[in-house]
Amino acid sequence: MTETTQSIKQPRATTGGWYEFATRHRASIVAAVILIFPLVMPFTALAVNILIYGLYALGFNLVFGYLGLLSFGHAALFGTGAYLCGIAIVHFGWPWYAAIAAGLAGGLLMALLIGVLAIRTRGIYFAMVTMALSQCVYYLFYQAVDLTGGENGLRGINVRTIDLFGLRIDFINPMIRYYVIAAFVIAAFFVMSRILASPFGAVIEAVRENEMRARASGYDVTLTRLLTFVLSGGFCGLAGALQALHLSIVPIEILHYETSGLVVMIALLGGMGTFFGPMVGAAVFLVLENIVSVWTVHWQLIVGAIFIACVLFFPAGIWGTLIARGKR
Amino acid sequence: MTTAAGQASEIILRTRGVGKTFGKFVALNNISAEFSRGAITSIIGPNGAGKSTYFNLLCGAFRPTKGSVEFEGRDVTGLPQHRFAHMGIAKSFQITSVFPQLTTRENIRVGLQALVSRYDIWRPRARLTELVERADELLALVGLWESRERAAKTLAHGEQRALEIGMALASQPRLLLLDEPTAGMSPEETRTMMDLILKLAKERTVILVEHKMKLVLGISDRILVLHHGELLAEGTPQEVRQNEAVKRVYLGQREH
Repeated sequence: MTETTQSIKQPRATTGGWYEFATRHRASIVAAVILIFPLVMPFTALAVNILIYGLYALGFNLVFGYLGLLSFGHAALFGTGAYLCGIAIVHFGWPWYAAIAAGLAGGLLMALLIGVLAIRTRGIYFAMVTMALSQCVYYLFYQAVDLTGGENGLRGINVRTIDLFGLRIDFINPMIRYYVIAAFVIAAFFVMSRILASPFGAVIEAVRENEMRARASGYDVTLTRLLTFVLSGGFCGLAGALQALHLSIVPIEILHYETSGLVVMIALLGGMGTFFGPMVGAAVFLVLENIVSVWTVHWQLIVGAIFIACVLFFPAGIWGTLIARGKR
Repeated sequence: MTTAAGQASEIILRTRGVGKTFGKFVALNNISAEFSRGAITSIIGPNGAGKSTYFNLLCGAFRPTKGSVEFEGRDVTGLPQHRFAHMGIAKSFQITSVFPQLTTRENIRVGLQALVSRYDIWRPRARLTELVERADELLALVGLWESRERAAKTLAHGEQRALEIGMALASQPRLLLLDEPTAGMSPEETRTMMDLILKLAKERTVILVEHKMKLVLGISDRILVLHHGELLAEGTPQEVRQNEAVKRVYLGQREH
């Protein structure tokens, strides 16, 4: 009974050396990769897209991979973040940072609303209820033409320069734009790393592993689920806000259930319940889409086939499979 | 045979006329009973007697359709399950219930953490070192120290049962509820488990649901016999053994 302090950082069973290292420094590794990322990408806009969808998938993965609930309504969280950010700028003339905060808060709030209604359901019912509610959100924003532009989307989110402590930065320059967005994404990954390593992170996994046992141990399972869903909404809302700034427009399709399905694919592709999985999944998916769509309009057919092959042969996802190999 | 039965006069748990119906099926009807602090009380009965239903009312998993449950003089009827752990009531499940992918030690550590930190999303849990130390003590108590780094799902059945007891102890319960703790165990594992229960009962009240009557005659201070959802008999092991009604429905059939 002497060696007592170690092994708690890594609650899962035995691990290999590099994996241990990667887990301990996961936030720093993500930061380093993100910083050199645009230098190896063919063009920066793709790199920005990967960042944003990686962040979206990171938030989704908290609910899907760590809590063990399949949500089919995350588009509502992502889209609300984007719309609130855009509305804050277009209609209220808020500064960019306040608009991002509005998007983040929008994601949290929408997650709270959907969560309160859906969180008591399980499995396929949870997926269906979240999808139905996100469709409600779609029509809500679709109808509110004055605020959202309806089916034309919200246009005119023009942020040309941003002020940073008196410093005027050119937001049109793609490289600079990348690094501004990267700063938020890196911060989000750091926060996620803290959440996962926190006592609450252990509760999330315990609830996923065995709900009845968690309840008997003294955890309020419903409240834990709701809180996790709301946290997830914060990450997705932030991703949506950054998307609005990046695209300068919020298309109504952002709230479509395809956007919900996309993040499920990205998470599965990368590896659900792994820290790096969402980013890896987003990178693979978007790069693939980019390459294939250059030489055929039927790119979805090919990307879909590759996705099916991945799910069949690497059910743990790309990153999940690498971890499993590394542990041997 | 007796464990700390000296102060057995104080009542820790009491049910007043509790009943539970599922649709039209009456699983449990009007049971009033008292459980003494510091004693081992066993609830026995043939299959379908309502033992598990009664157990689930005692530990808060079910809400009784009528009647009330009182713990340490306080009405706890219908409180949500997770509150029971905080009041000092812990249970083990009939069907083994652990966190399969977590290590044995993490299983217990999570159990301990419930009393200390449930919604902290910021401080690293690695800093809660005293939880790991307490987890290691409990691992040693239930005989799982050697298996502490293994995933719970890789443990043998008997070890998982022991782990479950360790997790129940994590909430520092004054009342420990065990639902068929020896179900599916080999005779050897059963003996180890019975020794463990006797050891645990020295410091806390134990209520035990058991199907095999022979097992509990030796260790119980009191026995409740349920039959068809009713309280058939109640008393010391000797009294219950000599009870004619009990002999008819229970002993006569299965055990000689």
